[in-house]
Amino acid sequence: MTAPLAATGLALPGRLEPTDLLVDAPSLVCLVGPNGSGKTSLLHALAGIGAPSSTVRIGGVDCGGAAPAERRRLLAFLPASREAAWPVTVRDLVALGLPAGAAAAEADWAIAALALEEFANRRIDQLSTGERSRALIARALAPKPRLLLLDEPVANLDPLWQLRLMDLLKRTVAAGQTVLIALHDLDLAARYADRLIVMNARRIVADGEPRALIEGDAIRSVFGIQMGKDGWQPV
Amino acid sequence: MKARILLPALLLLLFAASLLTPWSDFAQLWQQDQALALAVLQELRLPRASLALTYGAMLGAAGAAIQALFANPLASPDLTGTTSGAALGAVVTAYLLGFASPLALSAGAVAGALGALLLLLALAGPKAETATLLLAGLAISALAGALTTLALALAPSPFAFYDAYDWLMGSLIDRSLSQAAFAGIPALLTIMLLLRLRAPLDALTLGEDVAISFGYDVRRLRIEIVSLTALGVGACVAICGAIGFIGLVAPIFARRLTGGHPGRAILPAAALGGALLLAADLAVRAAPLGRTLPIGVVTALLGAPFFLWLVAHMRWRFER
Repeated sequence: MTAPLAATGLALPGRLEPTDLLVDAPSLVCLVGPNGSGKTSLLHALAGIGAPSSTVRIGGVDCGGAAPAERRRLLAFLPASREAAWPVTVRDLVALGLPAGAAAAEADWAIAALALEEFANRRIDQLSTGERSRALIARALAPKPRLLLLDEPVANLDPLWQLRLMDLLKRTVAAGQTVLIALHDLDLAARYADRLIVMNARRIVADGEPRALIEGDAIRSVFGIQMGKDGWQPV
Repeated sequence: MKARILLPALLLLLFAASLLTPWSDFAQLWQQDQALALAVLQELRLPRASLALTYGAMLGAAGAAIQALFANPLASPDLTGTTSGAALGAVVTAYLLGFASPLALSAGAVAGALGALLLLLALAGPKAETATLLLAGLAISALAGALTTLALALAPSPFAFYDAYDWLMGSLIDRSLSQAAFAGIPALLTIMLLLRLRAPLDALTLGEDVAISFGYDVRRLRIEIVSLTALGVGACVAICGAIGFIGLVAPIFARRLTGGHPGRAILPAAALGGALLLAADLAVRAAPLGRTLPIGVVTALLGAPFFLWLVAHMRWRFER
């Protein structure tokens, strides 16, 4: 079986030291690390944003040569910014993620998955930040891409929606997609991730089974926090 | 859906009105001398109407593309320095070669527009933020405007001064069919090429990073749009002088027809731009002033209050 994700030469000058990344089975991979550790840069490099020397193969297909319509089925990237430049409706926003000519049912599925039905025809500048976040997440999920790259997807979401989204991402993995997310919530990472990548100073410093990493030294040395009896505490 | 039928119908109606207005004069002439009436239609009315249509359409399409690129409803060919650069290029060419050779004027205007664009890219850089690009565009407009005024002050003769001044205010009158072709053909070609860029421009709604992740080359897109608008607008400015505000106003209404999508708005913006300039030209003819107003003055008189309303409207929206 070809690997869902095989990337080599991922690098961004001054933002990300050269690194390779292999995901050999559909899984939910969480990126954690302090501010400025390179999580967003790693997602950028995978999404082809400013990393010309990298090669990203998704399910054996080289992303570099793919046309926009095909690329939308290969990968989707959700930036940390939850803004849109023009006030389109939620339905139109979700459709922007789909290749031209895609069935309306695909957008409907994503709108339903994030419970946006009642907002579907509302303009996104009339939504709350959390609702707009859900609309933008629906845009990324709509084409059911083989690789989802989400930068802090739970940011702005209420606690219930954080859990709902993580469950939804688990289901997309069960359906054969691979999900890479940058996350600050270590508890969510421990609970949902199949694999944890810890980043620090623009490079990957630890990579493995989430619980082992979180209970081990990696988190303590990178973040300067440890688990006490009242939760996470500064070392 | 309705707009698909209404807009072309409106354009056709305004175009026909532009050919035949004032109707009483034309009907009278037709009864007296059919050959003369046909000559008037072909030599005077047709160039004027087609220039209004193509120049207006060019401004609308260029405005829509530039606003989409900069993700800013206040961007327009006027604001990126394209129009004023083209005007400067044409005035300088006119001093050297006179106003009689449309090809040289077109080349001068396109060169001026491209010069303004290259200066813009040099000042703001190829990956400039919107604010930087708009500021640089403003500075270039001011510079080109000052240089144009200087050129006027140094006019070789009062006649050259008057010709240049008259032309600068924008006019569709007394242009020949071949002059109309010099503006109209590049304009139509440019609009068709701009239409090819609808999808990446729509994707920019999600931000530059997402558009790049879709596989669009945003840097190339930027260069394509600025060069195409320089070419199309430059060719029109060379023949008719600078006409403002249509490139700003038409796209704003066009996006209301496309649910806010900026790229898809290029075609309706072109149709609305053509309709607006045809209507402004009809207004010029109807004005009971004894002499013909320069059409650039009319679009500015109508456009400037709209611009003020827009700025106030945006302020209210953001401060709420």
